[in-house]
Amino acid sequence: MPPLLEVRGLKVAYGGINAVKGIDLDVGAGELVALIGANGAGKTTTLKALAGLLKPAAGSVRYDGHDVTGTPAFELVRRGLALVPEGRGVFARLTVAENLAMGAYIRDDKAAIAADCEHAYATFPRLAERRSQLAGTLSGGEQQMLAIARALMCKPRLLLLDEPSMGLAPIVVQKIFETIRAVAREGVTLLLIEQNARLALQTCDRGYVMESGLITLSGEAKALLDNPDVRRAYLGE
Amino acid sequence: MDIFLQQILNGLLLGSIYALVALGYTMVYGILGLINFAHGDIVMIGALVALSVVTALGTSMPVMLVLLIATATAVAVCVALGLIIERTAYRPLRRAPRLAPLITAIGVSILIQYSAALVWGKQYMSLPEIVKPGKIEFGGAQITTTQAFIFVLACAIMAALLWFVKTSRMGRAMRATEQNPDVAGLMGVDTTRVIAFTFALGASIGAIAGVMVVLYYGQGHYFMGFMVGLKAFTAAVLGGIGNIPGAMLGGLLLGLIESLAAGYMGDITGGVFGSNYRDVYAFIVLVLVLMLRPSGLMGVSSGDRA
Repeated sequence: MPPLLEVRGLKVAYGGINAVKGIDLDVGAGELVALIGANGAGKTTTLKALAGLLKPAAGSVRYDGHDVTGTPAFELVRRGLALVPEGRGVFARLTVAENLAMGAYIRDDKAAIAADCEHAYATFPRLAERRSQLAGTLSGGEQQMLAIARALMCKPRLLLLDEPSMGLAPIVVQKIFETIRAVAREGVTLLLIEQNARLALQTCDRGYVMESGLITLSGEAKALLDNPDVRRAYLGE
Repeated sequence: MDIFLQQILNGLLLGSIYALVALGYTMVYGILGLINFAHGDIVMIGALVALSVVTALGTSMPVMLVLLIATATAVAVCVALGLIIERTAYRPLRRAPRLAPLITAIGVSILIQYSAALVWGKQYMSLPEIVKPGKIEFGGAQITTTQAFIFVLACAIMAALLWFVKTSRMGRAMRATEQNPDVAGLMGVDTTRVIAFTFALGASIGAIAGVMVVLYYGQGHYFMGFMVGLKAFTAAVLGGIGNIPGAMLGGLLLGLIESLAAGYMGDITGGVFGSNYRDVYAFIVLVLVLMLRPSGLMGVSSGDRA
């Protein structure tokens, strides 16, 4: 069986810079995969291209057996490919409840949407307390919870997460990663970017290391954790 | 007759029309960050189309039916025009520097004006006397039934729009696209369609406002969109450009300011600024708002816009 997501020779130019210079990457159904690397390595650009926010300059992206290279984001969501963007991207002047409703934009099964909303509130009681508050008034951690909950409202098969721990207190990061593991257990395939390489590799099955627009290492997460180069460059040893 | 109450009524009536036109500016600005200077000319097209239909049908049918057909035709033409403008003039410039679509908007405005001059000529067109309005006494002041109808309809349209934007799926998609088009796309919103819809919605409300202007002044002219547009733009800025309730408030306030100033400034200044200066007050308001509170009465400061 081919992987759920199959990336070959992907090149993406962003603002006149070749941010991604030809990468191969696979994510199998049900896998939890990390893409780690330093600032400016091209991780976010890669994810944006996979989600349809940027058009690749070259290469191909196959998702669920179809060529989706250059397909716009709003069509990919309908096929179950969702992205939680960098900086969360909650709609600051919509309420928490309206943000969740936007997550379910592509669905019209009202009863099931309401049930999924309640499920989200049960997972994140903080959001339930603040459901009629504007999302812009939430703390960073609450916004990240909302962004993840919102992305799950579209019932994704593949969820891309861009730096879920960015700017959050360690205790909140723990909560976010617990949620990520729970989402993975429910059968959602995940590809996530992290600066916190140790946490990412401890959470995920496999990992890719990206450097200056190229993938320089890949393998089982445990093997990467033990790799001396990774330990020196990304784990601060 | 109570002059003060009369001026208030006149101001609210005029203001409700400004408010409807201002909505077209503010909705498009909210979603694209673009001042669509052609919007006043869409209002003009709506007015002239309605005038032509009323003139053609005359008294062959009941008055209400004539007005209904005239309004429906105006709305259809203006929606088509709005969609064509968006598709051909603005969409290719979606990623261009802000100045490019702004200059394009002015060009489109001039193009529509002179196209209208070719179609309808440059003379004033008068509304045939098909409506014989009754008078309504109101605490010493007086308005016609037509005016009352305009005001009630304008308020109903505004209430319906607020409800639509607040509660409907499309309304939520419009607000999401306005705040962050990329993320709206990630939710499955086809933002190109939402933007086109916003233009169509603004144009249809503008068309109805055009019909109201014709009913109010009894005439139309290929250049009328310029002044209506500038005043509605002022109303939108006064309320906070990009803010829908703000445009409504700004329109009503501007109507009141204009009406009261035109009614009283002549006496206050000993006849120096008579009611023939009425168009000046809107622009005094515009200058003051831009100097003192550029974000408008209900606007958010640009800092926390996504």
